[in-house]
Amino acid sequence: MEAIKKKSSDNFMKLEISARLENEAFIRSTVAAFCVAIDPTLEEISDIKTAVSEAVSNAIIHGYRDYPGNIFIEARTSGKELHISIRDEGVGIEDIDKARTPFYTTLADEERSGMGFTVMETFMNQVTVTSSGKGVTVNMVKVIK
Amino acid sequence: MARFNNERIVFLKAFGGLTVRIEKKILNSTLYVGLSGELDTNTAEHVRKNLDELFLASSMERVVIDLSEMSFMDSTGIGVMIGRFKRLKARNIPVFISHPSPQADKIFKISGLYDIMPKIG
Repeated sequence: MEAIKKKSSDNFMKLEISARLENEAFIRSTVAAFCVAIDPTLEEISDIKTAVSEAVSNAIIHGYRDYPGNIFIEARTSGKELHISIRDEGVGIEDIDKARTPFYTTLADEERSGMGFTVMETFMNQVTVTSSGKGVTVNMVKVIK
Repeated sequence: MARFNNERIVFLKAFGGLTVRIEKKILNSTLYVGLSGELDTNTAEHVRKNLDELFLASSMERVVIDLSEMSFMDSTGIGVMIGRFKRLKARNIPVFISHPSPQADKIFKISGLYDIMPKIG
């Protein structure tokens, strides 16, 4: 009974989508809609949408630059926790610590603020970034109060 | 035809739309610019271009960017604001932000943007 209870409390979604800027709104709305089941506040939904938007932007702008590619989004709710994974198969990040420094950007000419990771870290409870070989995976957790 | 147009507008509003509407008003030498919609990497270029054109075509002593109708913004908005600030600073025109959403307000605070573009109202 316990095993069944545990299974039924976990919800899962997976989305593979073209790394196109016009898909950003759809992706953040999809993840937001998915987490409604764990009863987030409007502020928590905004936080989640913003963090997802940042990670997706990074994948499109930095990961793939001008090349086509797909973004792989997975989300899981477990109790009052939302776990999100956003992965690309682009150029990857050489120095993750440097990349996560506030205001650091490799694209200063394009008016980038370099605040993407800072925003993710502010709005989510946990952010981990890994890049090995090909691409970047950003894992984020939001604990709904 | 009119009904079809209304339905399309409702659809765009419901899903955030793929563009940001810019409205302007000049009052007492102040240019009020209202942005409505979602400001992200997709819509940023449109906003940059249109704001820059609007600023060049206008004569004003200060600019107020009204974000009361901005339903979403991520850190792209910071880059856009800083870029516009720089251009207006070159003309000695101060810029202010008004009515950001709580979420946009958080982003502005953590970026320190209010140090250069104060919030009014």
